[in-house]
Amino acid sequence: MNVKALYTVLLAALVCFFLPAAGAAAEVITDKSFGEANEIVIDFAAPMDPATVGNTDNYTVYEKDDPDIRLQLDEVIVADDRLSATLVFADALNTTQTHIVTAEGISGRAEETFAVAQSYLGYLFSVLIGALLIKNFVFTKYLGLCVFFGTSKRKTTAKGMGVVFTLVMVTSGLMSWFFYQFILKPYHLTFLQIVVFIGLTSLTVQAVDTVLRKVNPVLFNSFGVFLVLVIANCVVIAVPLIMASNEYNFSETFMLSLGAGGGFLLALYLMSSVSERMSLARIPPSFKGLPIAFIVAGQFAMAFLGFSGLKLF
Amino acid sequence: MANDKNNFQLVANGILAENPIFKLALSMCPAVGISTTVMNGFMLGVAVLFVQVFSSVTISVFKDYIHPRIRIPTYTLTIATWVTVIDLSLAAALPEAYAKMGIFVKIIVAFAIITMRLEMFACKEKVSSSFWDGLGMGLGFLVGMVVIGFVRELLGSGAILGYDVLGFKPLLFFILPSAGFFVVGLMMAFFNYIEDRYKRSKGQK
Repeated sequence: MNVKALYTVLLAALVCFFLPAAGAAAEVITDKSFGEANEIVIDFAAPMDPATVGNTDNYTVYEKDDPDIRLQLDEVIVADDRLSATLVFADALNTTQTHIVTAEGISGRAEETFAVAQSYLGYLFSVLIGALLIKNFVFTKYLGLCVFFGTSKRKTTAKGMGVVFTLVMVTSGLMSWFFYQFILKPYHLTFLQIVVFIGLTSLTVQAVDTVLRKVNPVLFNSFGVFLVLVIANCVVIAVPLIMASNEYNFSETFMLSLGAGGGFLLALYLMSSVSERMSLARIPPSFKGLPIAFIVAGQFAMAFLGFSGLKLF
Repeated sequence: MANDKNNFQLVANGILAENPIFKLALSMCPAVGISTTVMNGFMLGVAVLFVQVFSSVTISVFKDYIHPRIRIPTYTLTIATWVTVIDLSLAAALPEAYAKMGIFVKIIVAFAIITMRLEMFACKEKVSSSFWDGLGMGLGFLVGMVVIGFVRELLGSGAILGYDVLGFKPLLFFILPSAGFFVVGLMMAFFNYIEDRYKRSKGQK
């Protein structure tokens, strides 16, 4: 997969997306970004009058999706050189949302409206990390457990399974996105999503099977057996469903399915490492097999709770 | 029609001897994920029961017309259709309970237990046996979910079906999402222990 080309396209799309917002405020306000958890920092082109810029009544801020809920502004701190102002809010901001800020009376203008959003690549990366660690499909969403407990006995099996999984997941995720956006939604067929998504997943499994058999028989011999298992797994069908309910775009879907697949690989690998050790340990007879595997998985789940609240951007 | 069991035995088989959760260890995801209360477990159990019975009957009725080579896709699409039916019905009739179950109702489509019963039973047996077998398997799942939900709700929040019965919360830990793994693991170990003891006492006699 040509990642560079993808990123170029992404960047271009991103620039087009944010140009209108940036153009409106380009003259006076040079930059705006999220600061600390409850701050938005605005940079100005020229020194501003602290009396206007520093007045909280001059600002209205809301999240793009909830225009009715105005965010409570505590104070505005103007920097000593009067080139930047920091809006301090009462509560922490949800930085995954685009925030719309309306400022009055800056440099004599009646009103100035601009959007504050995270860097889009950063946001995509946070979708990836979210699916990979914070909302790991196995340990925090409890999906795909049948295959997880079935194939996590040995490390080599776990790796093979994880790789095949990621492959199928990304392919079927992107196909489902295409079908959902361009066929199901325009024709108001969203009630058919379960049938369509499971059909696409089976189709992908069959396609990967055929292609792999021809293109790389060696790889097929080592990974082919896992392909049958993929179809009986909830993770594969969960990704398109989450994509549909969150209205993700193409790149978000890609990151979500990649993260989900990677997360599954990670979970399988961790579990198989423990399983290999456990086969040497003396486990009470009633706990042998699945019960102890469940308890180990529970401990992993608790460890993964530690990732909640992880924020990179 | 190599089925020598009567209807009652078919149902009992699903609930006890081949309980989907505790014996076959299939369809574990919801057992861990949303079994925090009896009500959640019961609701999802009913949904699975519905899908299992109707899919079994559908496949059993049309078994002579399904070409063996495309049987798995046929099963999948049949299940997907019935899951869509129950998904939309629940969303319309019980929006609150549906919201709690989240994505798990739709996930029923990927449950190994349903496909397995279609492959192993419904595609060979006559319609009435398939109905009873589906009912047994569905009930077995329902019972498993309710039992796990009962333990978690009682120990986690000291309540049954939302009514406070204990007056205190013995182990708040049990209501936390990640405790699902521990509860299922411990219960499996407990059942293994009982079975082991039972077998041993029988052997000594």
